Amino acid sequence: MSAERTGAAIVAERLTRRFGGRHALRGVDLSVPAGTVLALLGPNGAGKTTTVRVLTTLLRADGGRASVAGCDVRDEPAEVRARIGVSGQYAALDERLTARENLCLVARLYGMSRGAARRRAADLLERFDLGAAADRPSGGFSGGMRRRLDLAGALASRPAVVFLDEPTTGLDPRGRAETWSAVDELVADGTTVLLTTQYLQEADHLADTVAVIDGGRVVADGTPERLKAAVGGERITVALTDPSADGAACEALAALGPYPPAADARAGTVTVPTDRGTRGLRDALDALEAACVEVRDAALAPPTLDDVFLTLTGRAQAPGAPTNEGRTPPRARRRSGAPA
Amino acid sequence: MTAPSLAPRTTAGPLRTVRDGLVVAERNLVNLRRTPGALIAALVQPLMFVLLLAYVFGGSLGGAEYRSFLMGGIFAQAVTFNASFTAVGLAADMDRGMVDRFRALPMPRGSVILGRTLSDLTMSAVTLTVTSLCGLLIGWRVEGGLAGALGACLLVLLFAFAMSWVGATIGLTARSTEVAQSAGLVWLFPVTFVSGAFVAVDSLPGPLAAVAEWNPVTATATAARALLGNDPPAALPASTSWPAQHATGYAVACALAVVAVFMPLAVGRYRRIARG
Repeated sequence: MSAERTGAAIVAERLTRRFGGRHALRGVDLSVPAGTVLALLGPNGAGKTTTVRVLTTLLRADGGRASVAGCDVRDEPAEVRARIGVSGQYAALDERLTARENLCLVARLYGMSRGAARRRAADLLERFDLGAAADRPSGGFSGGMRRRLDLAGALASRPAVVFLDEPTTGLDPRGRAETWSAVDELVADGTTVLLTTQYLQEADHLADTVAVIDGGRVVADGTPERLKAAVGGERITVALTDPSADGAACEALAALGPYPPAADARAGTVTVPTDRGTRGLRDALDALEAACVEVRDAALAPPTLDDVFLTLTGRAQAPGAPTNEGRTPPRARRRSGAPA
Repeated sequence: MTAPSLAPRTTAGPLRTVRDGLVVAERNLVNLRRTPGALIAALVQPLMFVLLLAYVFGGSLGGAEYRSFLMGGIFAQAVTFNASFTAVGLAADMDRGMVDRFRALPMPRGSVILGRTLSDLTMSAVTLTVTSLCGLLIGWRVEGGLAGALGACLLVLLFAFAMSWVGATIGLTARSTEVAQSAGLVWLFPVTFVSGAFVAVDSLPGPLAAVAEWNPVTATATAARALLGNDPPAALPASTSWPAQHATGYAVACALAVVAVFMPLAVGRYRRIARG
């Protein structure tokens, strides 16, 4: 292993960038160990894409410094570009070229000979399941196929570091699953990956480390587990036999402290954080029984990244943002008072 | 353990710029081949100018003699108009995110623009061929021998290449493909028509005549005519100004000067493009 692969593959220190009067980045710090996946998680406008553009030398930071694969992005941009692969938010394909021609073009521009580029393109087409469509113009491809082709292009030179800007935005579940498995393969190859996402589930699934970015700053980072722990342990969710008893249930649970419970009237559930695991659950059930609230079902679960995001930024994701994917319980969007 | 990176370590230098420029040019030409509409429009335009000028204006300007005189001017004018393809091509690549894709690759800064000017140079060669065939049909002949014809070709293509860099600067400055489309076209009319491409320079009113005398389009047209052996008819006397006396040298110098000025301008624009 070369030296650059043993330490941090991506380092950013106090990156700032302004667009006119708007501060897109207000001092972003990141450190991504070689061979790991970092998810940069945040809502639209948080500074995710700007960070990626600075790290991939497409945009110059106003302040701070950053290095990728051991090369400084400001002083050695050409060296950085030779070592990275980039897949943008909007798959940049030449629509009139076939999938094969697109990959050959990118491979040749990485400096490969015509023959080497052709062989590499054939490998990638196979690997990304584009063999059947290889010689069709990419303009007619579905969203998922375009993304796969763009991703394949980013890997043309077997880069040490890969940047994926919202790799699954706008994809259907199948396309998302395909992209995820591609990222998993990259990790197996020892590639360092920085991906941005608005999907909490995606960060949870793919990343070794998550950096939550909001308002141009990293507001928290760590493993998904650590971030969840920072939000205050697990969540107790009880389903009530009679949903109209939620007021009484909240009152009973609030008395246990220190976290305030939250009711979800539509689901007929009440949720409260706890630091005491199953003991907390037992106490909660006892308290509800004492208050004569009948419980249909009870569950103890670790917090989701949705909870993390809500806690750290003080607000839920923008309404309509496709963040929950039906997996996160509705409470994450409805809870009135988040624990501090 | 990962397989070794396939990327080279050197990404700079004029050789690499030309090499990557040729890769991009090839991609541009494949694109063009698959857009028959644009290709046909590009070929119909010079034909239209030949027929318009030869038969609408040519009748009162000297008939067959004028048609023979006209062709040198048409060559210069037609390839100058191709500069608008460069403007539109680069602006469209920016709009479609291709420039961003290229910018993230380890290729020298100038090669995307060089690739575009090279593919447009190929287009100009096609334009020149089609225009010549049309000229032959309306009675124009090469009277300066093979060497003269080749010389005229090279001169006109050098001028096309130079004008392409002007188009590139416009295309990279425009904020959208639509702006590049109109901005890339509008300057071409005065530049090609206030010249001796289609009429005698001396027939123009004072200040316009002075501009036309020194206009590189005039010099290119005059030099092409001389090399092709198409002597101007008596009704369209050659100017006696210095640029007309030294048309070939002046035309080459102008082309080189335009490249020297607009190449750094276009590359500078490309460097500064930082959107998002």
